[in-house]
Amino acid sequence: MKHIVKIITFLVVISSFWIGLLQTSILPCSYTWLLPIYFIVSLGCYGLLMVGVGLMRFPTCPQEAILLQQDIVEAKEFLKQSVDVGGSD
Amino acid sequence: MGKNENKNKYSIIVPTYNERLNIALIVYLIFKHLRDVDFEVIIVDDGSPDGTQDIVIQLQKVYGQDRILLRPRPKKLGLGTAYIHGLKHASGNFVVIMDADLSHHPKYLPSFIKKQLETGASIVTGTRYVKGGGVHGWNLMRKLTSRGANVLAQTLLWPGVSDLTGSFRLYKKSVLEDVISSCVSKGYVFQMEMIVRASRKGYHIEEVPITFVDRVYGSSKLGGSEIVEYLKGLAYLLVTT
Repeated sequence: MKHIVKIITFLVVISSFWIGLLQTSILPCSYTWLLPIYFIVSLGCYGLLMVGVGLMRFPTCPQEAILLQQDIVEAKEFLKQSVDVGGSD
Repeated sequence: MGKNENKNKYSIIVPTYNERLNIALIVYLIFKHLRDVDFEVIIVDDGSPDGTQDIVIQLQKVYGQDRILLRPRPKKLGLGTAYIHGLKHASGNFVVIMDADLSHHPKYLPSFIKKQLETGASIVTGTRYVKGGGVHGWNLMRKLTSRGANVLAQTLLWPGVSDLTGSFRLYKKSVLEDVISSCVSKGYVFQMEMIVRASRKGYHIEEVPITFVDRVYGSSKLGGSEIVEYLKGLAYLLVTT
């Protein structure tokens, strides 16, 4: 099944549940009408939260840049007799 | 690895364009870190005007023409076709794909190989977003874009892989041949398409942490229009996979 079909199926299930709620009026109608807005707002909050958490816990590795510079010096030293590594771009 | 008999051969495909210094450094580092493993480095150069190919020929004299294969193409023809081109010349039963700009450090190659031997996975992909991994040299905007893109893709595609656009990966050769033939995207959307399609086909995918140091020599290739390309790629994958 294409992925978009799964997502659309999910949305259809949610909306039919919502229409069911509207029809049977288990909850007061004014609440039920607001549910889609809650859904969209919570989806947006989820997205922002995930981006925020991801940003705060973004793994960085400054020490790797230093190690890489050491590796580059070592490689240049080894290669300089046989390979033209002098001119950097 | 090492004492355990590892009879596999690994073909490392490195596409290059104007990487004359980086290619020498990366080849040295590959040979330094892969000691007890049978491997070859296949360099697919897209007609670099800076003399990348001259450097590769000098490297062949140091390391041998059977270990370093230069398979150039006349002009810039894109990343996806570079892998297909390199794959045609690969004699190993495993293929490693990595960038030539030193953002992918060859010191992680043994952990890819080890992970594959332990798990029997069809694909081992490097991920920057887990413990032990990381990124250096990105500003806040770049991090924000990266996180946003990742959350969007994880929510919409459920790929089962934490780093979709990373391109440091080890494939079983037959798996790469199978997946690459169904991929049409360009640029780094191509990397995302490869891993999503492989995941949908049910291939066993494992991850290893890698660190990513943004390119040291030469200019970075990320532009603003790439965000649009990314969103188009996401939509394309939603309707086709």
